Amino acid sequence: MKTMTRKTALAALAVAPVFGYLATRKTTETKPATRPIRREPFRAGYFPNVAMQTHEGKTVRFYDNLLKDKIVVINFFYSRCGGLCSPVARNLAQVQKLLGGRVGRDIFIYSISLDPGHDTPAVLREYARNRGIGPGWLLLTGRPEDVELLRRKLGFTDPDPVVDRDKSQHAGIVRYGNEALQRWAACPGEAKPEWIAKSILWMDWPKAMKKGA
Amino acid sequence: MFKLGLLTAAGYLVPKNGLSQVASGGLPVSPPTTPFVEMMPVPPIKETLDGLDPPPKVMPQAGEGRTRPHQALEMFPPVRFAEVHQREALHSFHPELPMQTIWGFDGMFPGPTHVCRYGEPYLVRNHNDLPEDNGGFGLPSVSTHLHNSHTPSESDGFPCDFFEHGQFYDQHYPNVLAGFSKQFPPNGDPREAMSTLWYHDHRVDFTAQNVYKGLAGFCLLFNEHDTGDESTGFRLPSGEYDVPMLFADKVFDPEGLAFFDLFNLDGIIGDKLTVNGKIQPFFPVHPRKYRLRLLNTGPSRFMQLALSDTRRPQQILPLMQISNDGNLLPRPVEVESIHLSVAERVDVIVDFSESAGRSFVLLNRMEQINGRAPTSRIMPVGASDAVMRFDVVLPPVADSPPLPEHFYDLPPTNANSPEVVARRLFRLDRLQGQWTVNGRIFDCETALVTPREGTAEIWTIQNTSNAWQHPVHIHFEEHQILTRNGQRPSVVERARKDVTRLGFGETIELFIRFRDFLGRYPAHCHNVVHEDHAMMMRFDIVP
Ligand SMILES: [Cu+2]
Repeated sequence: MKTMTRKTALAALAVAPVFGYLATRKTTETKPATRPIRREPFRAGYFPNVAMQTHEGKTVRFYDNLLKDKIVVINFFYSRCGGLCSPVARNLAQVQKLLGGRVGRDIFIYSISLDPGHDTPAVLREYARNRGIGPGWLLLTGRPEDVELLRRKLGFTDPDPVVDRDKSQHAGIVRYGNEALQRWAACPGEAKPEWIAKSILWMDWPKAMKKGA
Repeated sequence: MFKLGLLTAAGYLVPKNGLSQVASGGLPVSPPTTPFVEMMPVPPIKETLDGLDPPPKVMPQAGEGRTRPHQALEMFPPVRFAEVHQREALHSFHPELPMQTIWGFDGMFPGPTHVCRYGEPYLVRNHNDLPEDNGGFGLPSVSTHLHNSHTPSESDGFPCDFFEHGQFYDQHYPNVLAGFSKQFPPNGDPREAMSTLWYHDHRVDFTAQNVYKGLAGFCLLFNEHDTGDESTGFRLPSGEYDVPMLFADKVFDPEGLAFFDLFNLDGIIGDKLTVNGKIQPFFPVHPRKYRLRLLNTGPSRFMQLALSDTRRPQQILPLMQISNDGNLLPRPVEVESIHLSVAERVDVIVDFSESAGRSFVLLNRMEQINGRAPTSRIMPVGASDAVMRFDVVLPPVADSPPLPEHFYDLPPTNANSPEVVARRLFRLDRLQGQWTVNGRIFDCETALVTPREGTAEIWTIQNTSNAWQHPVHIHFEEHQILTRNGQRPSVVERARKDVTRLGFGETIELFIRFRDFLGRYPAHCHNVVHEDHAMMMRFDIVP
């Protein structure tokens, strides 16, 4: 990702949530002609770098290992879910096929369990095996408070507190993004898999940043 | 000095540093800015050309993002042309905030104002010159929609007809009245004349981000009555006294850069109100009549606007509302306030002729604390948010004549007329964070309904929720509301519209025609965050 670093330093309009620093700039300061934004601190500052366990039994850092410099697809689910989880998982399996070899190379799919107490890595491994979840698609579990933090930061919440607490009514959307470009959007998890795959490719690297370019 | 006057007025509090409302949902709170320090700019009028190189073609040509032939280019050959470059540029929202990158039509926010006339077909070549690697919000892929022009489908800016960096797209605007082909040949139904339109990016799933970044502007459409010359026709205030005002609320991060919450599903509420790209500007006026064209571009805010005298805040200056969603009403209506959902437009005539030396603050009185819906509480004058201020400080000049008593009659909406061939029900619903219309998720490729060209239909639209409100926009033809929750609506709301607000649990019944052109169009929520999360349906007009 060497080319990325150079490019990201040049990027001008990063507008992501700011954490941990306050404006010290005085309003009298002269206006610079352009404002190259320090994109790195915005990125790392927003996404919780919490420890998660994968269904393969590995411990990973959410930002450092799963998000940074990648095109990612994220949804929430749980193994005992009787509702939307199955159709969405079926859709994502199709999406994985449609994206071909790129999943696991520079596109990664993450399904985060809303039921971490039950969904241990072993339970998730079983779930993955039953559904033919292939490489490049990780099922994730972690400490409940970390899962909750991720759910909030990634925008899978409902403004109605009753609905928000009820995981059987969890947001059935699929979020996709290019972390390096800070490009993010979402689509319904029940959209057609072809549409979801197409949407994910809108996050693709600009020509100059393509791997091997 | 202006600020002091406001703060010392009895019971009147214009927050020194912007809005009184606190951004919710973990958003940053914008840095303070002093109100009324910069003059409100008026977007320049777009210069037109006699032709383009290469000339427009019926079939898409090399480098063009269009995928379908123009259906009416030969029937309505353009007599005027324009070339617009959508590109990034530096912009100042306020002198106390840093210069920052925006996206604009011709690098401006708002974009230049297109001035059009009925009977003069117009063609705009839009170039996508946006940067491929912008970083942050916004996708450099666009579909340019002229809201709510009677435009053939391939020029409408259908959300899925987007074009990419380096491509262009020829948009053909026949500027013809609806009904020209069958019901009112050859010129269309004169009661369907439109006046205040706006154009904006409509890229599927990225409209909120791209419009927030600056891709929006006005288009004014004149005819032999609303002439753009106050000495002819309806003799409405014209020229420098005809002022388009584009509202957009934004939130800025601690560095002072426009912030867009990419992880929000509900709607985004900015704690800074901008008018024509400036936070809380002032605007000097002459003591005479003005036509103000008010447009709320959101992303999600519902506004209730009123003009209050800075020295006697409780004194609300009456407004003459002359239009509804850019369509002149049957007659002017005096109102105390204007309600604007996202994408709604209202033209008002404000008479400053008795007010030399005074100042008026434009207030937003609608309380809204999240992107879902307003609280529906109308804030007291003293606690309302100041949008901008008019200062009647310019010298006296000749005024335009009194308003006419009559503009256009409304087209008939007889539900029993033989032209009405279908009644349809649309239920707006939400299934676990996914918006649905009649239980279906939006799909670019599939029409939910297929009205027949040359017919009319009655649509019932239902908001099943008591927690959300939606300004619903139907492309291509104006509609008229027959009932709101079973009741006949006010005279203003019965007039032609293209955005209809659905309050909590509301049901509206509307009359709409489908005339002249064929093809795909969307209907969608114009809370653009809802829209981008698929609160949309496609309808195809079929022969
Ligand atoms: Cu909505």
